[in-house]
Amino acid sequence: MPIFSFLAYPKKSMKDQLIRELSAMKYCEIKASENQDVLILLTDTPDEKTNKNLIDSIKELKSLQSLSMTFGHTDL
Amino acid sequence: MTITRRDFIRSMALDSAAVAAFTMFPGISFAGWKPTDLSSDSIQWSKTPCRFCGTGCGLLVGVSGKRAVAVKGDPNCSVNKGLCCVKGYHSVQVLYGRDRFKTAYVRKNGKMVPTPIEKALDLVASRMKESIEKTGKDSIAIYGSGQWSIPDGYTASKFFKGCIGTNNVEANARLCMASAVTGCLTTFGLDEPMGCYEDIDNADVFITWGNNMAEMHPVLFSRMLANRKSKTHVRIIDLTTRSTRSSQAADKSFIFNPQSDLAIANAICYEIIKNNWVNQDFVSKHVSFYKGKTHIGYGTEDHFKFKDKGEAVDFNAYKEFLKDYTPEIAEKISGVSAENIKYLAALYGDPEKKVTSFWTMGMNQHTRGTWINNLVYNIHLLTGKISTPGNSPFSLTGQPSACGTVREVGTLTHKLPHGVVMKEKARKLAAKIWGVPESNIDPKPTYHTVEMFRALDRGEINFMWIQVTNPMVTMPNLRRYRNGAKKDGRFIVVSEIYPTPTSDVADVILPSALWVEREGFFGNSERRTQHNEQLVPKPGEAMCNTWQLIQVARRMGFEKQFPWKEDSYIEDIWNEYIKFHDTPKHRMAPYKLLRERSGVQWPFVNGKETRWRYNGKYDPACRDDTWDFYGKPDHKAWIWLRPYEPPAESPDREYPFWLNTGRVLEHWHTGSMTRRIPILHRAVPESYVEINQEDAKTLGVVNKSLVKISSRRGSVVMKVSINGRGNPPKGMVFVPFFDESYLINEVTLDAFCPISKQPDYKKCAVKLEKV
Repeated sequence: MPIFSFLAYPKKSMKDQLIRELSAMKYCEIKASENQDVLILLTDTPDEKTNKNLIDSIKELKSLQSLSMTFGHTDL
Repeated sequence: MTITRRDFIRSMALDSAAVAAFTMFPGISFAGWKPTDLSSDSIQWSKTPCRFCGTGCGLLVGVSGKRAVAVKGDPNCSVNKGLCCVKGYHSVQVLYGRDRFKTAYVRKNGKMVPTPIEKALDLVASRMKESIEKTGKDSIAIYGSGQWSIPDGYTASKFFKGCIGTNNVEANARLCMASAVTGCLTTFGLDEPMGCYEDIDNADVFITWGNNMAEMHPVLFSRMLANRKSKTHVRIIDLTTRSTRSSQAADKSFIFNPQSDLAIANAICYEIIKNNWVNQDFVSKHVSFYKGKTHIGYGTEDHFKFKDKGEAVDFNAYKEFLKDYTPEIAEKISGVSAENIKYLAALYGDPEKKVTSFWTMGMNQHTRGTWINNLVYNIHLLTGKISTPGNSPFSLTGQPSACGTVREVGTLTHKLPHGVVMKEKARKLAAKIWGVPESNIDPKPTYHTVEMFRALDRGEINFMWIQVTNPMVTMPNLRRYRNGAKKDGRFIVVSEIYPTPTSDVADVILPSALWVEREGFFGNSERRTQHNEQLVPKPGEAMCNTWQLIQVARRMGFEKQFPWKEDSYIEDIWNEYIKFHDTPKHRMAPYKLLRERSGVQWPFVNGKETRWRYNGKYDPACRDDTWDFYGKPDHKAWIWLRPYEPPAESPDREYPFWLNTGRVLEHWHTGSMTRRIPILHRAVPESYVEINQEDAKTLGVVNKSLVKISSRRGSVVMKVSINGRGNPPKGMVFVPFFDESYLINEVTLDAFCPISKQPDYKKCAVKLEKV
């Protein structure tokens, strides 16, 4: 049951779209900053395989510039 | 309210991301986030310094039952004020790797066999005795670390120098901080920075010299960014040989040719004098001028010897010397335009601007490392920008206790906890405190680190005890030293927590207790001593490194010198150690206070910490309320005339590229700990070679192509990274050294600064071939 947090950077002028797309994805929780183009993304998945598939899907988003992992636990 | 473990971890994850965002964007606002109160009946939080870099961040480690389960920044620690970097947040996971050594091992018929630790300690003691009897006291050696806790290093020094009588004591800080030490000693007569981290909050200009702080000291870098965010005039200037994350965040970044920082620093001083920006009053009262030897060699040959000699000169001689370093001449050497050199000089020279210079390995791992340290001090001394809030030439350390254990305890061949072995007064003091005859302490230094491993290869040393470091990854020109360690007749003891290439060459492996599994102290970059208590049990038969040394010393007959009990020996050692520093110049805080506070800076005099040394307004050791560089007999700081000299090896037709090596944010040194933290391992799973885009095109390689990097000493095949987090200029490649699968130090050169004896890991010549 892995739990990870990331800083997600949207492409230029695509912050709102990235928020919408991430919010629509299962296992994702978003905290958007009010004054900068960066989001906190929390992922909470049932297993390693789901987690990997989710991260792969997130990386496919066209509104996403980059994703920086800041925290993770996998040994729950 | 009781929270579940899952809620707790989710909260930790959210908090760490938010704090990371604050690190990158001071003032960032998340409407939906508030720091979580992670108090829980089942979690006990205790303070400790971080285990990793030399910043000395204060952490709060959460313990549930007998297991450390979480980390958060310690808001009471002035170093980091509650922030952490990604390594700090995950640091407790390093305790719980599956392949942790929990028992001792002894090599029998070529195989490592699990052995009760008491028997392994018997064997270590008997082999030490045997070597001393057969080949003399100088045939045994101990090699430690800036990650040694202070009691580890102190006990090693007392045991080897005081009891056995050999100066074969060295530590890996020789590879990272020795030039900073000799830079301080030659300029000021005493070691360690005069300033403190409060300089970061007070400076108007930051100039970083070959120093990627965004990755190597991220919490301090975030404090710089926060200062710039709060004051619009603050500027960060990055002087570098390769574009990095720090370059991206800086206001300006100037790329210079390797080794040419010597010419740039001299040219800045030339401009300061030419434009009458010299602080004449400060210079006339507080500065002397000295000229040292030139053409001093590179130490690549065995038994290399060099001793510098300072010759007093005057300001006019200095001015004449600098005529060889006009900005235009320096431009030709460095590749940095004369206009930009003049810009740098104007920043340093502006009397209205407070300037802090930061450096780490770029200046220290340098065949003229002592010289470039001297030259940056020269700039601050000419302008009088030193030892006041925001004006600071500041050498940052790489390891958590490079200052505390190596520089202060003196775990180098020539040092004692106070003074050097060559001085009778220092030997007398040590003998008195240690309870040994003065004649036990040899007045002659023996081997510095590179020469110590050469002596192991040659057979002059046949027993070596290695604690808390991984030289079979980190030694330059590694193949020679690994082959030397494996030769017949060598006996290697390794105190470690996980298998490494160094434990692979061991005859005995002693399982070590790590960090919060034992009590200890670290000393960080700003003269701050930090205590940690034991928070969790040691695994299996793991034993504190200090206790391992005490156990072997007792087996060799030194019970009188090591009489302490297991439940109080760390306190007893601290109380003995601080007798060495009982003067206003270096007094350390008492044990009880260190247990209470998140670090205390020395000199600690009359209940007060000293923020800025050598300035009577802050430093009680000064004669009056102005500057007093009391480390030198004339109470002045010394400006040194140090020329530009080329590196030991430069690119040529056969080997046309510079090789530069270093670290990445996610991994600590050789990765023996951080590569066992799954999150950090996944973030940067293997090493790579950064190549400039134009060079990549010429070679016909793309990202993840394989290339062979070869020097005159060895080669390694690894994946290419183009336009990654770092970007070297055309003609240079950069390789992180954290990955033992790619031993880049088989390629590097064991040339060193003849004064500090610190090797240069930043410059040698290589060729690249597409695989």
